[in-house]
Order: sequence, then structure tokens, then C-alpha cells
Amino acid sequence: MTWDLGQALQMVSRTHSGMVRTHNEDAVFAQPGVGLAILADGMGGYNAGEVASGMATAVIGAELAQGLQEAKHGVSQLLESVIGRANSAIYQAAESQPQYSGMGTTLVMAVFRDNHISVAHIGDSRMYRLRDGAFECVTRDHSLLQEQIDSGMITEEDARRSQNKNLVTRALGVDPEVEPEIHTYEVVPGDVYLFCSDGLNDMVENDDIALTLQALSANLDLAAEQLVQMANDNGGRDNVSVILVRVLQAFPATERGLLARLLAWLK
Amino acid sequence: MAKLILSMDGLVLKELPLAKERTTIGRKPHNDIQIDNLAISGEHAVIVTILNDSFLEDMNSTNGTYVNGQPIKKHFLQNNDVVELGKYRLKYINETPTVAQSPDFEKTMVLRPDMMRKAPTDAPPAPAPARSQTDTQTGFRPGQSMPAGSSLGGSGLPPPPPPLAPPPPAASANQVGAIQILNGANAGRELELTKTLTTLGKPGLQVAVITRRPQGYFITHVEGANMPIVNGRQLDAQAHPLEDHDVIEIAGVKMEFFIKR
Repeated sequence: MTWDLGQALQMVSRTHSGMVRTHNEDAVFAQPGVGLAILADGMGGYNAGEVASGMATAVIGAELAQGLQEAKHGVSQLLESVIGRANSAIYQAAESQPQYSGMGTTLVMAVFRDNHISVAHIGDSRMYRLRDGAFECVTRDHSLLQEQIDSGMITEEDARRSQNKNLVTRALGVDPEVEPEIHTYEVVPGDVYLFCSDGLNDMVENDDIALTLQALSANLDLAAEQLVQMANDNGGRDNVSVILVRVLQAFPATERGLLARLLAWLK
Repeated sequence: MAKLILSMDGLVLKELPLAKERTTIGRKPHNDIQIDNLAISGEHAVIVTILNDSFLEDMNSTNGTYVNGQPIKKHFLQNNDVVELGKYRLKYINETPTVAQSPDFEKTMVLRPDMMRKAPTDAPPAPAPARSQTDTQTGFRPGQSMPAGSSLGGSGLPPPPPPLAPPPPAASANQVGAIQILNGANAGRELELTKTLTTLGKPGLQVAVITRRPQGYFITHVEGANMPIVNGRQLDAQAHPLEDHDVIEIAGVKMEFFIKR
């Protein structure tokens, strides 16, 4: 069967270079129809960061849209292989062209399928979830700071004052191989998912992000604008990107599910 | 590089750069910083330095380790912290370039595995850390006519004051606005607008949001067929700046916006 999640998912995205940087090295890709959201925060000199994040979203977006139609494998295997191919593409470009040497990108992305969300991430770009008013960070950064927090060296309170921000321990395209972290969770209608680059969560307090989603989830465009605006009002020291996904209704995989959906709609 | 300045009774004894990942402090001669005094334990404390951050840990010393007058077991050192061991004082100096001077300082970089191996792994697990509160500064920055967003709510704490970099906030950043309801059952009720967003109206019917920004307050339509009315004029989808004594009408309720202080 062909997939169209356009009825079940609403997605909006915003990306902004911020108030300090001249380049925007973030890239976003959102397709509600195929249930796909991808956000990448590139790094590397000159325009290499943009190239890396742009390659990541383009390669993963195109290959996944294709792979999901064929549906030969489970979503997480598919994610793993597609991310692996994007990694090779970026790595080879960086190896073969001196101006791209050392470029790489973070990645946070999700595939919505059969009432589930499969989230993959590499580095310090994040995904948050708002469910029944409860706001939480679903991904755990691959960063020095997070490792220090995990090992008990530093408290989350201390982490805000650390000089070692922005050091990621994993990135896409910097090594021949990469290990994405992939998890699958159940989705509940009404959920709101936020994907963001660190330009948001470094500049805006979690409470303010949560408040924005709680207050404005009825108007996703406005919520996305507000998040970017708050990051910029607070100094906008980095590029800031957000993708917001609102789950409007269930999206089960089977025909029976379709019927159930129809019945639910008739009620 | 971070350094320590060792002094006793106000007399500077020496300057000690924190060049190593692990710098031990104690009375015994094998310590990196040896302080030959009976008030100091054989192995008194250790400083672990990872890139630009340093952590001080007391090694169960007899007389304890104090930072800025407080006894500590483990402490994340901040510039100008004063560590006290017996009569000795160690001032921690870590002057890294501030963000304001070099925006590139904040650029994300990859920490390679070979760098990671140098990081110590012997840190004992700590109690569950407090809930995350991501770093924030409130700044300035005019311009930007994006629609503002926001939520109704009761009272709340004002946003934290801006430390760090950016230029001084506009005068309006310190102003606190409020609205007073003019008609209906809640007439006379007042609501202070201390949060970054406050929503007004009835969900599903008509909702507008008032955002608090460095340059002042803005009202924006959120949902519903009708747009908010300000001073008798219906707004469009854009954020609209609020002036002192503007009268707002949402879902039939009239309210006055005013600057409280």
C-alpha cells in the first residue's frame, strides 16, 4: 500500500542564521506525506558546514522516501543503511576536496510509521516531545558535556557554565563509519515533536520552549516562529532551526486500521 | 590555560599552571603540588582538567577542602574561585575568551575518540542530576518583525536577568506590563505579563498570545476565525506591538494593556 500521512501529521520547519553568524550551516527537511523529518547542523570551515548538512538532508531524504515505499526492511535497518550511505557520501567529499576537509554534521531525524516514531540522532541536535502537557527531551546528546553529566562529573546545573560546550563526540561524515542512535516509540494523537539544533536549546530555557509548545500548538507556524524569535531575542549566537510535528490522528499500518480510522471519524 | 595562584597570609608563593589532566595536591612529595604543612593531608585533593574545564575533588582529607568558604567534596571550578587548604589559598584563574569577543568560539566541533581516551573515567556516578534547565541569556536585539507567540497563565517568575555577552537590553526589557479585564464576570481582574508568553481567550474559539520581548510587548492571533481587536481595529495575522493603555478585545472580552512599572 502507498503511504500518505499528510492527514495524520502536520509539520512546519524554520531555519535562521541567527543574530551573529553570517552563514546558516543548518539544514531542514520535512515531508508530512511520507512521515519524514530531518534536521542537520553542519560544521567545517568556509561553507563546508552547509555542504555537509545539505548533503545529509538531501541524501537521507531522497533515499528514505524511496526505501520506505519499497519497505523491504524494518524502519530501523533502513535508517541505519541510509544514514551509513549519507555518512560515506559526506566523508568521501571531505576526503577528495580540500576545501571540504574535516566537514561533518549532526543529525536528528524521525520516520513516522504505523503509530510509531523511529528517531535517529548523531551529535547534539535534539528531539523533544510534548505529550499531555509533559515536555521532555527524548534524545541524549552525543557530547562531552552529556558524557560528563552521565558519569557524574558535573551536574546539569554546572553544565550551563561549562566552557566545553559544543564538543560533540559523534558526527556524520567525519569518519568512514558512524553509529547512529536509533529508538522507536509509540505515538499518541495530540503529541507534538520538536526537532532542533543547539542554537535553540543553548539560547532558550527548556521551560520557555515547553511553554511555547503548550500555548501555541494550535498554530504550529506561530510556535515555530516564536521559538526562532526567542533564540534571536536572547542573543541568537548560533544558527537556529526547528521542525515541529503535530500528530493529528492515529496512523496504523493495516487496512483494518484504515477502517478503524474511518469508523472513528464517523463517530 | 587555567592556573592556580598559591598564597598564604596574603603573600603570593607561586603560580601553578594546570597543564596536566590530573593535578594532585598534598603533603607528600609525590604530589604535583606539594604543600609541606601538617594541616595538609598526604593526598589532600586532586584537580582534573578536561580541555577548558577543571574539577576539584577532596580526597577525604583530614581537614577538608574549602571553596569560597564552603566545604566541598567535589567542585566545578569557576574563574576566581578561592580554594582553601589549611592556611593556604589557591586562587583559580581561567580566563578564556568570552563569547562576545569571538562568536566562532561557540562553533560546534567534533571531539575525536583519541581525545576522549585521555578523559578520566574514574569519576564515581553521582546522584541523579537536577532537571535540565538549558542555558539562556536574555538579550537585546531590535528589528525582527516576526509574529510573536504566547499563553495564558497565572502568574510566574520573570525571566532570568541577562548575564553574559550582549549589549544592554532596551529600556522596555525591564518594564512589566499587565492587562486588566474591563467587562464580564472577571471585570477588574488583573494579570501581570511576566512570562515570555501569555495566551488569552478560549481554546477552540479564539486565542491570542501576548509575547514579552526585549523591545516590548506584542499581541498575535493564534487560533479562531476572528482576529483580536486593538483600540477598535481588527488585527491581521502579524504581531502587533502593544502600547500603554491599548484596549484589546478577544472573544467578547475587553481588557486594557498597561505598563505597570
